[in-house]
Amino acid sequence: MEILISIVVGLLFTVGTYLILSRNITRIIIGTGILSHGVHLLLLTMGGLKKGAAPLLGQEAASYTDPLPQALILTAIVISFGVTSFFLVLAYRTYKAHGTDDMEKLRGIDHD
Amino acid sequence: MTALHWATISPLLLAILIPFLYKYLRKIHTGWFVLALPLILFIYFIRFLPSTSAGNVIEHTVPWVPSLGIHFTVFIDGLSLLFALLITGIGALVVLYSIYYLSKKTERLNNFYVYLLMFMAAMLGVVLSDNLIVLYTFWELTSLASSLLISYWYHRKKSIYGAQKSMMVTVFGGFAMLGGFTLLYVMTGTFSIREIIGSLDLVTTNSLFLPAMLLILLGAFTKSAQFPFHIWLPDAMEAPTPVSAYLHSATMVKAGIYLVARFTPVFGGSQEWFWLLSGFGIVTLLWGSLSAIRQKDLKSILAFSTISQLGLIMCLLGLGSASLYYGYGTDTTMYTTATLAAIFHLINHATFKGSLFMTAGIIDHETGTRDIRKLGGLMTIMPVTFTISLIGTASMAGLPPFNGFLSKEMFFTGVLNASQLEIFNMQTVGMLFPVLAWVASIFTFLYCMILFFKTFTGKFKKENYDKPVHEAPLGMLISPIVLGSLVVIFGLFPNLLAYTLIEPAMNAILPTVLGPGEQFYVHIYHWHGFNTELFMTIGVVVLGTLLFLLMRKWAKLSIYLHERDPLNRVYDGTLILLSSSSHRVTSSFMKGSIRQYLIYIFSFMVLFLGYMLFKLNAVTLSGVESAPIVFHEAALAVVMCISAVTVVLARTRLTAIIGLGAVGYSLALFFVLFRAPDLALTQMVIETVSTVLFLLCFYHLPMFKAKFEKIPFRFTNLIVSLGVGILVTVLAISSHHSKSFESLASFFVNSSYDEAGGKNMVNVILVDFRGFDTLFEILVLAIAAIGIYSMVKLRLEKGES
Repeated sequence: MEILISIVVGLLFTVGTYLILSRNITRIIIGTGILSHGVHLLLLTMGGLKKGAAPLLGQEAASYTDPLPQALILTAIVISFGVTSFFLVLAYRTYKAHGTDDMEKLRGIDHD
Repeated sequence: MTALHWATISPLLLAILIPFLYKYLRKIHTGWFVLALPLILFIYFIRFLPSTSAGNVIEHTVPWVPSLGIHFTVFIDGLSLLFALLITGIGALVVLYSIYYLSKKTERLNNFYVYLLMFMAAMLGVVLSDNLIVLYTFWELTSLASSLLISYWYHRKKSIYGAQKSMMVTVFGGFAMLGGFTLLYVMTGTFSIREIIGSLDLVTTNSLFLPAMLLILLGAFTKSAQFPFHIWLPDAMEAPTPVSAYLHSATMVKAGIYLVARFTPVFGGSQEWFWLLSGFGIVTLLWGSLSAIRQKDLKSILAFSTISQLGLIMCLLGLGSASLYYGYGTDTTMYTTATLAAIFHLINHATFKGSLFMTAGIIDHETGTRDIRKLGGLMTIMPVTFTISLIGTASMAGLPPFNGFLSKEMFFTGVLNASQLEIFNMQTVGMLFPVLAWVASIFTFLYCMILFFKTFTGKFKKENYDKPVHEAPLGMLISPIVLGSLVVIFGLFPNLLAYTLIEPAMNAILPTVLGPGEQFYVHIYHWHGFNTELFMTIGVVVLGTLLFLLMRKWAKLSIYLHERDPLNRVYDGTLILLSSSSHRVTSSFMKGSIRQYLIYIFSFMVLFLGYMLFKLNAVTLSGVESAPIVFHEAALAVVMCISAVTVVLARTRLTAIIGLGAVGYSLALFFVLFRAPDLALTQMVIETVSTVLFLLCFYHLPMFKAKFEKIPFRFTNLIVSLGVGILVTVLAISSHHSKSFESLASFFVNSSYDEAGGKNMVNVILVDFRGFDTLFEILVLAIAAIGIYSMVKLRLEKGES
């Protein structure tokens, strides 16, 4: 299962990277979103999958899934949400200020 | 801090006061305040003479950075004292001269004297320091002060060019020298020159011996304007003349000579040292004297003459170092003549070149030009200047009874002796030295004649000068008169110097040649019979005169008409090439496109990590048990993949956003399947909110085109992103299969309830075990919120709603 998920993660990374390399700001932001999904999935996979019950002691199971990666992912989700929303507004402001969402047109002035 | 330390840095301390003196005592020329210091220092250093002539060494240490072995150690032996006397003595004369040369009304005297004092302190530091790092510090300070002085008239383009050039060349050499010093430290474990000389075996047998020698010589050659690093010196003539007289004839350019002399006990006696010094020295001598003939500007002639004379001294030091090869013995005195000649000529050169620069300055000051094509017939108008110049040029040309004659004779003796050496392949090429030296002397004689006759004889043409020409004021003449008298005195009574200055200096340069209780035999005659040297001198005079008389014939040759040293083209070309190629390199990858930078970053990551993975054999697929694959989970994976690909292929914004949402919800479903309820909840909510946010944002942004622009397919992007994806997959699989220790999971299982009183382990970790993470994650959200708010609300530009 881990191998399968690793491949899925690889695909998410590919897609994310490809989007980030494009010229359109919207696509770049979507790319970062996909990339963070990939990272979260990767974190979870690295902790080992389906090693036992959900990490709730009330279940009184013999073994539990590792709770630490989950806590880390939870933190990461919130942070990437904050960053993504900031990016969105930044893109909006950039568009307002410069009238374009094309990265190639946002290179600034050519220095000699 | 002893008196000697204070003496060394006293010019720096005085320099602090100069701006105040300049500002509040405008009526008095600032130079008068400066003048006292070098005079006092000169008298102070003269008091050491008896002690050093007796062979004693004075040494005082003040720790500076003791943990690194860097101490401010000043020590005085014959060599240091000789230089210290030159620096302070000529320093005093130059300051006196500058008082009359620079007007207090029009010049920024505060700058001038601060730089000059800075230079004086630096130079004293160089010659008195025993510690290599301290020496290097002062060495760089001389470069800095010199550049500041060259660019004293900084509104002139040429001054700036000259200052920059001298800085480039000397700092390049200084830096190499620091490398050499470091190698010496590596070899011996000490920065003290005296200790290094004390532990010579560590140096001479080490494989770093040659690199250290080359690096240190690079420093010495650049500073002392040896071929091919001499190019900065003629351009340094843009400095005010007192500066040229002081720095670029008497003191700074001799710092390299000092360095070579100081390190002769360390490196001397080896073939490389011998050949590098004497070879580069004689080439410089020849090149300098040849170039000096072509110059039309008084100061340029003097600059090239300085170059050639420095070459002479360097060559003599090289030849003299052969005596260290033989070591203590009776017949080595024959080879030490060269060293004797070097020191004697060093003193002589400082006297006559200083006076010549000053007279050139007087001529410039009184006539408004330094061009020998305009000058002429000044003999009767400026009789005092004329006399001093006569003495100076005659001495430089090597005519009796002046001191230049004596040192030139000894120079010939030195090269003749050296040509009979039976070491270092001298048997085969040794004869080259006397021949080259002789040819160079003819050129020297020739430019001396040009310098003198073109300036003072011929017809006086009034129309060539902008102002009425007259003799300089007395104050300006005092310093050159003093130096000129010294030329005569040292010429007539050379043995005044013999055991007071020269012998102790020789002792410092060649310490191992003498047996216990012995002294070098220094006796300088005017008349030593009809020997080869005398006939060589006669030949020089005859041929030189002949060449001068035939000047009309060869003056039309293009070699005479082109003044600029051809090596300048190399320097300028290198600079241009360096700046243009670095610009080309930079602009070839700094294109300003984020995409390209990202490609660099990603490719580096993929290539470097991938290489390391395979190099370290880190790719593995076994070892740890994996969870079984269940159908619905596999199906979910496929769904996720399809949605991700949809995002890439989407032609409209909405499809992309929905695709992103689908990926997010699949992730939430994975969280459910992989027993992470809290994650599933959060992911659900956040995904919903962000999708809404995306949609909302775009709904309110009609100007964003609903359709993506047609994106040209880029193969590079695909390759790079595939590389990233594959790398991550390989990394993930390999690291999963190579777990080296147990996870912390059991700790949380055991203590979540007992210690923290919670049954939801994830929540306990978030708020209890690792509460700090959560705290700062809240902070991140808050900052993001504030950022968004301010970005939306704050309007700095006009016309935006």
